[in-house]
Amino acid sequence: MISSTFEYERVSTVAEAIERLQAAGGEAKLLAGGHSLLPMMKLRLASPGKLIDISAVQELHGIVREPDGLVVGALTTHAHVASSPMVREYLPALAQAASKVGDLQVRNRGTLGGNLSHADMASDLPAVALAYEAEVYVVTMDGEETLQAEEFFLGPLLTAMPENSVMRSVKFRTPPSGSKSVYEKVPHPASGYAVVGIAAVVAVNEDNVVTHARIGITGAADVAYRARGVEDALIGKAFTEEAIQSAAVYASDDGMIAGDLYASEAYRRQLCKVHTARALRKLLAQ
Amino acid sequence: MASVFGSTLKRREDPRLITGNGQYSEDIQLPGMLYASVLRSPHAHARIVNINTDAAKALEGVVAVYTGKDLEGKIGTVPTAWLPPDSNIQTPPHEVLAVNKVRYVGDGVALVVAENRYVARDAVDLIQVTYAPLPAVAEQEQAIADGAPILHDGVENNVAFHWQAGNATDDVFENAEVIVKQRFRQQRLIPNPMEPRAATAQYNPATGEMTLWATSQNPHIHRFLLSGILGIPENKLRIVSVDVGGGFGAKIACYPDEAMVAYAARDLKRPVKWVEDRRENFLVTSHGRDMVLDVEFAGTKDGDFTAIRVKNIANMGAYLSTAGPGVPTILFGLIVPGAYKIPYAAVDVYGVFTNTTPTDAYRGAGRPEATYLLERMVDLFAAEIGKDPVEVRRRNLIQSHEFPYNTAMGLEYDSGNYEVALDKALAMVGYEELRQKQQELRSQGRHLGIGVTTYVEICGLGPSQVAGAVGFQGGLWESATVRVHPTGKVTVFTGASPHGQGEETTFAQIVSQRLGVPFEDIEVVHGDTNRIAMGWGTYGSRTTPVGGNAIAVAVDKVLEKAKKIAAHMLEVSEEDVRFEDGKYSVEGAPTRSVTIQEVTLQAYLAWNLPQGVEPALEGTAFYDPVNFVYPFGTHICVVEVDEETGDIDLVKYVAVDDCGRVINPMVAEGQVHGGIVQGIGQALWEGAVYDEQAQLLTGTFMDYAMPKARFFKEFETAFTETPAPQNPLGVKGIGETGTIASTPTVVNAVMDALRPFGVKDINMPLTPERVWNAIEKGRQEA
Ligand SMILES: Cc1cc2nc3c(=O)[nH]c(=O)nc-3n(C[C@H](O)[C@H](O)[C@H](O)COP(=O)(O)OP(=O)(O)OC[C@H]3O[C@@H](n4cnc5c(N)ncnc54)[C@H](O)[C@@H]3O)c2cc1C
Repeated sequence: MISSTFEYERVSTVAEAIERLQAAGGEAKLLAGGHSLLPMMKLRLASPGKLIDISAVQELHGIVREPDGLVVGALTTHAHVASSPMVREYLPALAQAASKVGDLQVRNRGTLGGNLSHADMASDLPAVALAYEAEVYVVTMDGEETLQAEEFFLGPLLTAMPENSVMRSVKFRTPPSGSKSVYEKVPHPASGYAVVGIAAVVAVNEDNVVTHARIGITGAADVAYRARGVEDALIGKAFTEEAIQSAAVYASDDGMIAGDLYASEAYRRQLCKVHTARALRKLLAQ
Repeated sequence: MASVFGSTLKRREDPRLITGNGQYSEDIQLPGMLYASVLRSPHAHARIVNINTDAAKALEGVVAVYTGKDLEGKIGTVPTAWLPPDSNIQTPPHEVLAVNKVRYVGDGVALVVAENRYVARDAVDLIQVTYAPLPAVAEQEQAIADGAPILHDGVENNVAFHWQAGNATDDVFENAEVIVKQRFRQQRLIPNPMEPRAATAQYNPATGEMTLWATSQNPHIHRFLLSGILGIPENKLRIVSVDVGGGFGAKIACYPDEAMVAYAARDLKRPVKWVEDRRENFLVTSHGRDMVLDVEFAGTKDGDFTAIRVKNIANMGAYLSTAGPGVPTILFGLIVPGAYKIPYAAVDVYGVFTNTTPTDAYRGAGRPEATYLLERMVDLFAAEIGKDPVEVRRRNLIQSHEFPYNTAMGLEYDSGNYEVALDKALAMVGYEELRQKQQELRSQGRHLGIGVTTYVEICGLGPSQVAGAVGFQGGLWESATVRVHPTGKVTVFTGASPHGQGEETTFAQIVSQRLGVPFEDIEVVHGDTNRIAMGWGTYGSRTTPVGGNAIAVAVDKVLEKAKKIAAHMLEVSEEDVRFEDGKYSVEGAPTRSVTIQEVTLQAYLAWNLPQGVEPALEGTAFYDPVNFVYPFGTHICVVEVDEETGDIDLVKYVAVDDCGRVINPMVAEGQVHGGIVQGIGQALWEGAVYDEQAQLLTGTFMDYAMPKARFFKEFETAFTETPAPQNPLGVKGIGETGTIASTPTVVNAVMDALRPFGVKDINMPLTPERVWNAIEKGRQEA
């Protein structure tokens, strides 16, 4: 599998990357881990004239703790995210999702920023970004911009990132104290991507009443979505098996559920329901 | 000396392969080498109106562009080498590059040769082809329907051949107490060896010799066929395939690409390399299976089987691949009665052209399909008469004292001890307890299923006389030369052409044991037509039963001569010499002895040889087996089905196989493991899908689900050893048993789990959605 001809350049700062993007006039693409872009190029589904390699841009690496969340640099690899003690402690669903991306080689190369920028409808991380109400920090030609996760994903391979911009980092908000979270995934037997992936975050008060519920679902629809129907059904109720069952039926209501060769729309709806319930049950059991 | 034969020795090929020192066809680097890339049809069926190669030729670095028209008359067509008798087989020409019409997505249209592979690939995109698309058909039943698009002029209804065998007349079924009918869809599979195909060709204008390094399971057959296509005499054509990264049948066929590469190398007088990319591997390397099977199965209420009748509509793809027609006919039909005493059996097979990739052998080739339908029918029959499927099997198995056993399909099974294997597997899995557990779990709403297969396989292809009788256009004997060098080191030349199974190890074990020389002193050479005498290659689990026995016979020839020399050296008569552990000694005076190495040196020095004995020491055998071999066994699988999602959990898998005497338990077990994985791949995940325009929708690893290690738990395997009675080593084949047995085993287990829902059958692969749908449907109907 051989891509068409392209130029390659490595940059060392975000500013440099933006400058090069602008100069190329839409012909260039940023290259991070390459694990989404290069396969597309080899299949000749993408033929950028130029690749701007940002993998050496130091400011884009690493995880920093802030009072209300963890800020993960765009170039942080899935493997790094999955094994970070901070992520595992404060954002277990993110660690779980990152550990379920592809295989070891993919996790060692692929980056969080690349994953979210690429916005494959079956990527794992968008579900988690929604459930932890992430903020995406983007550097553009005119400065910095902050995008909320829910307004970030627009459609298959489509995001709200402005032209010629670089994703710098993503803040995953730590949910209210006492929250529990989990990522539940049904991998496609061929691609390993999510047929459905469910990130669930729930907090209950001392009376076992749900005070906070965030459900992000990926894979099932043309774009990852917040299952607000489920959240609304849970909030204010006692967190019980009955509550889970009656809430889970709304799991596919908030997305444009799509069928494909492997799983029809009807079956994906079933998976959304069943696996939302299972994710919530795991939280109930914790 | 500890027995080398039968012991687990590590595969000696592995250090080379896992440290990147293998010699694959792609590894060949030659000075001045060019690279080829093939333009392939994006249409499943279309007329070629015009091809413009100007822009491609103008690209810097492009050396040549060939179209079908350019090659017309200069190169032959690709032959079919298995012509089932009395089948009215049609073999319309398969051009190396399509001239007027393309017949499947991937059909070659032009070949670009350039200074490097990148330019070659870019130039392919610059060729402009005007196509006039024609209606296409991908499915065999649609292809034989009236009004279907016709692929080849003169081939009515796209029927390539019609083959019948056996005898099971209507009255047998009319008078039967119990009849079960079922249709099965053997979905199309894509073999996907780890190494795609590759070819590097070098022509020597001075001598007229052509060397082709190519991915091949049978270099001599490829030499034989390519010499015809290229018009190069066999003695000037050399095919080399040292390391081959798996084939599973897909590297048996003779393909257009290798022929074109050789053609271009001769035409341009420069070496040319072509490496298939993964997308091409999906599109143009032969596929497997793809049959629509209608089965009628008759028996008594007590559980005796009386007859089986099968109609098979087989999808052959756009052209008849090299061995393709033999798969749904001979290799499928003859084994339909399986391991049971079934008095009447018949098959009726149609081979059909469609606008799809040609089909050919894929691990098991015909036998998995036959075993699948039989083992599924046995379960359906057992359910119909309300008996345990194990009990019903046991009742009908051929008994050990009944061998050799003549089947309704005219085969003579050599040997077997089917119940021993069955009992061993039942004990390993704990069958009785499992059935109890199943009951308990059912009452809790959990769905455990147990699936059993008692299979027999026909392999070790095979006696050449039979090959001729069944229309195989070649012999099926095997060659071996065992050359003992003056120092006692040994080189073994085998015409069987291992492609990853481990025979460099196991063949050395055979020689070490029989000749009494250390394992380390033996080198096995394969895969080079210039070094090795004519042979027929590796497929049909023949490498060990035929190629291995050829080596044994060659060793015996060495020993026969060595004994004469030894007797001469020991100054006794031959009758007074005994041979053991590499030593010749005098009967009754064991201290008077000479080693095989000492004898060998004398054979080469030839200072003092007995009268009439030639110098040197080597043996060559052209071994033609007297019969096929028939491995057998029992596989049992336990699954649990999730009724909410249709997910199938593989709880336990037990395999008991009998391949006669086991040369190397670890290597044999490895074959069983790989086979099981591929067989379960068919049961649960794999399947090629074409759309209405005959476009392959599952053309990448993103869509086509190959089984992965993480899909499996442990396999519990064991062997019983019933020596094969008709060959010197007592061995049978083990390469395909896993694929043959595991598919029905797993599906039977899932169907067993779904019994509470009244589900009888689900088309493979049993995806969670299909299982879930079947459960839902069962619920609605209940
Ligand atoms: C075999 C395989 C299996 C996989 N399985 C999964 C899976 O199960 N789940 C899953 O979620 N993913 C999976 N992936 C995708 C993987 O997670 C990718 O690594 C990820 O989607 C893209 O990250 P990357 O760093 O490789 O990005 P690249 O491929 O380098 O880039 C992807 C896109 O994002 C853009 N981009 C990258 N970084 C930035 C940035 N900082 N700012 C702006 N734009 C940027 C690029 O220009 C490009 O358009 C798989 C990939 C492979 C090859």
